[in-house]
Amino acid sequence: MSEQTSHPSVPEMGFADAQSMGLSAEEWQLILKRLERTPNQCELGIFSAMWSEHCSYKSSRRWLKTLPTEGPQVIQGPGENAGVVDIGDGLATVFKIESHNHPSFIEPYQGAATGVGGILRDVFTMGARPVALLNALRFGAPENDKTKHLVSGVVAGIGGYGNCIGIPTVGGEVNFHASYNGNILVNAMAVGLAHSDRIFYSAATGAGNPVIYVGAKTGRDGIHGATMASTEFSDETESKRPTVQVGDPFTGKLLMEACLELMAADAVLSIQDMGAAGLTSSSVEMASKGGLGMEIDLDLVPVREDGMSAYEIMLSESQERMLMVIDPSQAEIARAIFDKWDLDFMPIGRVTETDRLVLLKDGGVACDIPLAPLVDDAPEYDRPYQADDTQPQLTTAELATDSSVSNVLKSLIATSDIASRRWVYEQYDSHVMADTMAGPGGDAALIRVHGTTKGLAMSTDCTPRYVEADPFEGGKQAVAESYRNLCATGAKPLAVTNNLNFGNPEKQNIMAQIVGSVNGMGEACRGLDTPVVSGNVSLYNETDGVAIQPCPVIGMVGVIDDVSQAVGIGVTQAGTSLFIVGQETSSDDGWLGCSLYARSIAGRDGGAPPPVTIAEEARNGTFIREQIALQHISACHDISDGGLVVAVAEMVMAGTKGATIQMPETATLHGWAFGEDQGRYIVAVQNPDGFSLAATAASVPVALLGTVTDGAELKCGNEAPISVSDLRTVNEAFLPDLMR
Amino acid sequence: MRAAIIIFPGSNCDRDMMVALERITGRRPALIWHKETSIDPVDMMILPGGFSFGDYLRCGALAARSPAIEAVIDHASRGGAVLGVCNGFQILLETGLLPGTLVRNADLKFVCRETSLAVQKTTASLFTDGLQDGQVLTIPVAHNEGNYFAPEDQLAMLEDNGQIALRYTEGSHPGPANPNGAAHDIAGIISENGRVMGMMPHPERAIGDGHHSADGRIFLQAALEGVAQ
Repeated sequence: MSEQTSHPSVPEMGFADAQSMGLSAEEWQLILKRLERTPNQCELGIFSAMWSEHCSYKSSRRWLKTLPTEGPQVIQGPGENAGVVDIGDGLATVFKIESHNHPSFIEPYQGAATGVGGILRDVFTMGARPVALLNALRFGAPENDKTKHLVSGVVAGIGGYGNCIGIPTVGGEVNFHASYNGNILVNAMAVGLAHSDRIFYSAATGAGNPVIYVGAKTGRDGIHGATMASTEFSDETESKRPTVQVGDPFTGKLLMEACLELMAADAVLSIQDMGAAGLTSSSVEMASKGGLGMEIDLDLVPVREDGMSAYEIMLSESQERMLMVIDPSQAEIARAIFDKWDLDFMPIGRVTETDRLVLLKDGGVACDIPLAPLVDDAPEYDRPYQADDTQPQLTTAELATDSSVSNVLKSLIATSDIASRRWVYEQYDSHVMADTMAGPGGDAALIRVHGTTKGLAMSTDCTPRYVEADPFEGGKQAVAESYRNLCATGAKPLAVTNNLNFGNPEKQNIMAQIVGSVNGMGEACRGLDTPVVSGNVSLYNETDGVAIQPCPVIGMVGVIDDVSQAVGIGVTQAGTSLFIVGQETSSDDGWLGCSLYARSIAGRDGGAPPPVTIAEEARNGTFIREQIALQHISACHDISDGGLVVAVAEMVMAGTKGATIQMPETATLHGWAFGEDQGRYIVAVQNPDGFSLAATAASVPVALLGTVTDGAELKCGNEAPISVSDLRTVNEAFLPDLMR
Repeated sequence: MRAAIIIFPGSNCDRDMMVALERITGRRPALIWHKETSIDPVDMMILPGGFSFGDYLRCGALAARSPAIEAVIDHASRGGAVLGVCNGFQILLETGLLPGTLVRNADLKFVCRETSLAVQKTTASLFTDGLQDGQVLTIPVAHNEGNYFAPEDQLAMLEDNGQIALRYTEGSHPGPANPNGAAHDIAGIISENGRVMGMMPHPERAIGDGHHSADGRIFLQAALEGVAQ
């Protein structure tokens, strides 16, 4: 028991205190053993935050380690603020996705806004200028009485931050399912651009160098947010509203510009944003990554309110703050930059050689703990897992209905899953920065690399119903769908970031979802050469003991050398031929199990999801990219939710022409039309014979489906044609009707 | 043709405007930080879009009190050309260089989409002299407060004076032609002498080269030629 570290006014802590901060009995005992004494409140708070699921990945780390993270394109993999990937010509893209699920349920506008702000800081901390934002959102059932309020607040919050700071929101996903009624998902992704030799890292360097606090002042908001994000929801959660942070995109913009200016001036050695667990995680991570220690005088930290304790200052999650280590000889240059932007710039401590985190307050020592246990000894669990029963494989005969294909199509495109997201994305500024070449509403978004002909392609994807039915196939599918979305524009997929949203990992079936889907993702990322370079895990997404549908979101980024050669999903040239790529004949039965058809038309949830064959995905995707680069394809869309007829309808609605497709005369017509078999695309090509020959040469199966026509209608076989404007009306109705 | 773009803390379309002007003229405009008190003589001063000072208090209200704005007002009072886009339009209203106000969009939501704009050539102005009356331009908007409002008598005066330069009109885009509920479908207005213009749509986002439209280039080109004459 070392007496000199206990601050006279700080009460000694016991297990009950540890428990209230989310620590287990074993973790409490481990802290006592490592410290060889009882921690005070501030120290315990620091352990609790660093060992929270959110910061330590203690339940998932064992499995995350199995993911592929390397490749010639990878400059920086997981472990930094964001991943860094080479895009050639001395440039790199920097990206990451992160969840803000719990805060967004409690206070949707601020929860979503600060989710965007936080992920942007992760990207510009690395020295990259953010150029695009995406998101992945999951809400409860449309008819749930909270859904409308949550959709409205989250969408406004995402727009509120992104629009103001001036980074375009160019893509994302929005889906609805009753399992999210009490626990929505708000995942935000940011993509940036940097010079590949000008990346900034967080590891502290040089004992004696000053530690500088910059940005907004520290208040009492968000205290222990990381711990809140690591517990289940209950009826009491809404009383946690004060733990939700408040965003200030204006200060965020100033901080971004000041940091980028500072980096351009070469006046910073290491830098880390204060995200989850605020000053705690930033100081601990900077010092421990540098193999050094840090001493901070908490009386110097700029605060918004008087009388904040060491505990409160260290655990605050006030937004728009950064911690930096600078070369003392550059201090005046750095200070001048922050003065220009009217931001606080305060030396609050120094780098030490002690391997300890020492915090001073009110003339005493408020905390003196070794860094190693906080990071290296963070618990890692090998939690037991047991998968739910395997889902049966359902046949078309079991699911098919008597409706005409056209009527089913009109029903499907009106559902919450497929309906247009225009009501959402028109609230996001998708054009600011003037480099958006393809915004929301297509397969992948395309951002021109400023000042070059290159484009970055990006997409976020996950199909939770597949993951729930078969975590391994579902994990693969999330990667494969992102891969297809990028290939469909002509871009080469490079790497992914992932956001694993699951329920309580202490339950064996939930843990089995995590293990299965991470294994599936790993297989797909290896096979498609898209390593994982960053990510985030959000567990305990449960309400009163009921878990969400598992949602391991993939965010993928790729590159196209000449963005003017990219294609969109809309058909624009009458007379071009429509082909299915990835299918042997134009009459094959399709996989209806676990499809939207099964759920919305046949009224049957579940069933095994369509299997994903990674080798075929790679082969078909490569072929599509080559054909786009040769300018043989004028429109391309991957086949996903709703199957091939829905995909054709989407191409018609997004374009300026109509289409006629041939339908097979078969008993399994609905399987053919609405099956969700993987690895497929629909393309419009000028030269059908040449295209078929090229496909044969590449061993890619293709089948002629129909023709793009001048008429403003979609004609399926001998069924009465549907006007494109009717399709659009049906497709556009869901969100405006819901939100009215 | 020399142009200067005034940058406020929170401006976020300054670079976009700079790039657009550079593409059109081959010459980079001067970038002026809002704390500057004097600006070298230029032909046109541009207030770009964004969220100056976070749009806290009232859109454009704080920026309108920036030191550089005095130079803008001086420039305008000497008959110099001034263009304010989006937040820049809001700032011009706050300075009093243009009449009226911009309030929250009628449906209380941010809106980002293409709009179709009909050019109104009812009075001589360097901004519209190079365009045709009734010419339709497709240029996107992105704003939360673009709903132009003025008392009826002021609106009548704007109409009588021919100060309404751009009006939202029917186009191919889904949804109403007027995206924000603006009175008289006003998308852009000019001063009585035709030398100061404010507009909600973003011409710098429609200059071709991969943008959905190149009509913003047509608009900017006409304005730049107008001011050079």
